[in-house]
Amino acid sequence: MSQYLFFTLSFLTIISALYVVFSRNPMYSVLSLIVCFFTIAGHYILLNAQFLAIVHIIVYAGAIMVLFLFTVMLLNLNKETEPHKTNWVKVAAVIAAGMLFLTLIASLKSTQLGTYHLPPRTTIGLVQNIGIKLFTDFLLPFEISSILFMSAMIGAVMLAKKEK
Amino acid sequence: MKEAAINYVPQNWYLVLSTFLFCIGIMGVLFRRNAIIIMMCIELMLNSVNLLLVAFSSYSGNSDGQVFVFFIMVVAAAEVAVGLALLVSIYRNVMSTDINVLNKLKW
Amino acid sequence: MVNVTDQILKDSLLITPGILIPLFPLIGFLINGLFGKYLPKSITGWIASISVLASFVCTFYIFTNLPSNGSLHIDLFNWIAYSNMNIGFGFLIDPLTLVMLLVISGVGFLIHLYSIGYMHGDEGFTRFFTHLNLFIFFMMLLVMGSNYLVMFIGWEGVGLCSYLLIGFWFKNDAYNDAAKKAFIMNRIGDLGFLLGMFFMLFNFGSLDYAVVAQKALLLPVGSSVLVAITLLLFVGATGKSAQIPLYTWLPDAMAGPTPVSALIHAATMVTAGIYMIVRSNVIYALAPFTLEIVAIVGVATCLFAAIIGLMQNDIKKVLAYSTVSQLGIMFAALGIGAFSSGMFHLVTHAFFKALLFLGSGSVIHALHGEQDIRKMGGLRKYIKVTFVTFLIGAVAISGIPPFAGFFSKDEILSHAFEHNKIIWAILSISSMMTAFYMFRLVYLTFFNDFRGSEETKKHIHESSAIMTIPLIVLAALSIIGGFIGMPSVFGFTHQFQLYISSVTDASKELMKENIELNHSMEWVLIATAVIAAIVSILYARFKYLTKKEQPSEDIALAGLDKVVYNKFYVDEIYDSIIVKPLKVLSDLFLVLVDKLIIDLFVNAVAWFVGLFGRTLRLVQNGNTGFYVFAMVFGIIVLFVIRLLI
Repeated sequence: MSQYLFFTLSFLTIISALYVVFSRNPMYSVLSLIVCFFTIAGHYILLNAQFLAIVHIIVYAGAIMVLFLFTVMLLNLNKETEPHKTNWVKVAAVIAAGMLFLTLIASLKSTQLGTYHLPPRTTIGLVQNIGIKLFTDFLLPFEISSILFMSAMIGAVMLAKKEK
Repeated sequence: MKEAAINYVPQNWYLVLSTFLFCIGIMGVLFRRNAIIIMMCIELMLNSVNLLLVAFSSYSGNSDGQVFVFFIMVVAAAEVAVGLALLVSIYRNVMSTDINVLNKLKW
Repeated sequence: MVNVTDQILKDSLLITPGILIPLFPLIGFLINGLFGKYLPKSITGWIASISVLASFVCTFYIFTNLPSNGSLHIDLFNWIAYSNMNIGFGFLIDPLTLVMLLVISGVGFLIHLYSIGYMHGDEGFTRFFTHLNLFIFFMMLLVMGSNYLVMFIGWEGVGLCSYLLIGFWFKNDAYNDAAKKAFIMNRIGDLGFLLGMFFMLFNFGSLDYAVVAQKALLLPVGSSVLVAITLLLFVGATGKSAQIPLYTWLPDAMAGPTPVSALIHAATMVTAGIYMIVRSNVIYALAPFTLEIVAIVGVATCLFAAIIGLMQNDIKKVLAYSTVSQLGIMFAALGIGAFSSGMFHLVTHAFFKALLFLGSGSVIHALHGEQDIRKMGGLRKYIKVTFVTFLIGAVAISGIPPFAGFFSKDEILSHAFEHNKIIWAILSISSMMTAFYMFRLVYLTFFNDFRGSEETKKHIHESSAIMTIPLIVLAALSIIGGFIGMPSVFGFTHQFQLYISSVTDASKELMKENIELNHSMEWVLIATAVIAAIVSILYARFKYLTKKEQPSEDIALAGLDKVVYNKFYVDEIYDSIIVKPLKVLSDLFLVLVDKLIIDLFVNAVAWFVGLFGRTLRLVQNGNTGFYVFAMVFGIIVLFVIRLLI
């Protein structure tokens, strides 16, 4: 049963990812990326990482993709104005990516993984446990990320401001 | 007590899935000429890594992986914000987001 | 009774003066060289002179304290130690060294004093004394060395200083050429010296005088090894002491200031070759073939230079050819095995030749730079002291008793008579010619009426005291200097020969002939020589004083006169046989090797670098997509290397 779930979700993920790459209309690319993120959130739930699944949807699908959508609409990109690379460059791109895939898979063949199957019940993905980890072991990065956000905000505002 | 639903999915499958997503992301970066789409493909690559990290963390019972994913999301969000702001200001000057036009990275 | 023939002294009281002897001129050189521009000119000259005087005092101290058959060894440090080759740096002071040191420091000090007056007002005053002190240092190193390598350091060093001093007025191209000529011809000789040293090292394993002599005695007389070594060393001596065929630099070296000619080209540097042969008398005695060659070269040079000297019109050139001729006599003496006679003549020659050069310098100074004797005359009324001292020098060189030249030259002539009558005949003829041209010089310069311009005549003045005092001292030495070597025929013991016998006795047993002469024959020889000299002097008097003949202008010469006046065209022959082919060859190499081959390689390297750069530049085209491609490609390669191989 879980395997079917896994296969379905994976299939959807891959299809939407391919559509991101190959679609001509940038609007469709953005939308299929959102679908991709939803399926990945589904994977997270399968892996018992509930907190991350919710955060993923809220941050990625909710904030980042909306930002992308707004930008695409701001720049008024559509199918006619979309530039394309020459055909043989596209073929070379596919081949390069394919070679990378093969290399990575081949190198993974001889890896020794710790466990092959999940232990019976994992509770590490629950909100409390993540919270405890975040506020005890990883407190410093947590605080510094707030500074990171502040600088990103200021930077974004400064860059996108219209010159008078 | 019910067993976890994911008991019978081997760890290897997540590896392959994540690698595949990563390579699709790379293909997207090489394939497209629009800078925004390229940024989206970079997000796709980041997500594949997130997926793999969560998978490893679940299978080994160590929650460090998931916390790390949390921080990756933080950084990705900040990066997208700044990157898009950059792209918008470039568009205002050059009227194009085509990376073949933005080829001044040589002097 | 203790056998004292080989007594080696390591007396600590004598070692310090021994080390100080070359150190004083070196300190003088350093002070004048480094701080000379900040010191007033009046001091720098005295610093140089006092340092040489200090060396002389130390030498004299050792001279009085060292027994005549002792030697002082000072080993400073082990210089080259490589597997079985051990060459140390040390000094050997024995009677032969002391004789040379006394001459160098004594005559050197007088010349330094003279130079203070002669070079007064010259802008390179301090530089002159710096070079002079350096020269004295190297010359002392040459004679004090305990092995051939230290001698060679001095040998090269005096060649260098000779170059620096001949080309002292370096703004004149002709003087520079003369300096280069001197240095290059010296170098040709030095090549022979080096090869000789290599042979010595290869066959004997050491360059130390004592070791070489010891090992040479084990070889048969006349063995090819010894002949090769001695011949090569003699080539070096030919270059340094201006014998045929490497003598042409000496007359041209008169381009330097007159004190330089006096010190270097009369008294010290050119005598280095003779010193070297006397020092190596054992190995030369074991190679009779080389000694024959030495004698032949010496005799030929003596005659040849004397003939050229008959017709020269430059006062310094006459003296230069006279020096070459006298050196020839010394080499002839060495060639017939009379080593101590050669050294004796070296000492007396140093006295009167330095005197003659300094006197000519005084004449030139009085006439404000005029050197052509056709424009001189009647100077004995104006510069009396110079005239008297110059006359004494001329008499000494002509071999009139009881002046110094007579004793030394007579000794050589008598040994020559015993050895080979032809050599004696040629040497006697050369002596007659020497007397003739010296007095020709005296009569043309100092007698009759002045032939120069009225302007010059008004300014003729005697030199200052600092220049005339050395002249007087040297004149005194020329008069009494011969008494150290009074021959046994007069009933005295030959002090000089006795003194350096510890060095020359080593070869005495090896010399085949007995060089003792019976007394009656010797009186006949003495009489012949003196009468011949007086006849030459009277002929010169007749020709130049009574008949008032003057040497003709350059263009009026013809036939044999012209050939002799032009020095037998030796320089021109050398130029066409050696110099021009070398120039053609170097031009050929320039076009063929330098421009075609070497430039080709160097330009090709540059072209390749340019090609590489041009190609690599295309990688940076600014296209971000291309950059990402390259990145992906790099990652693939890295993964393949790291993970799969």
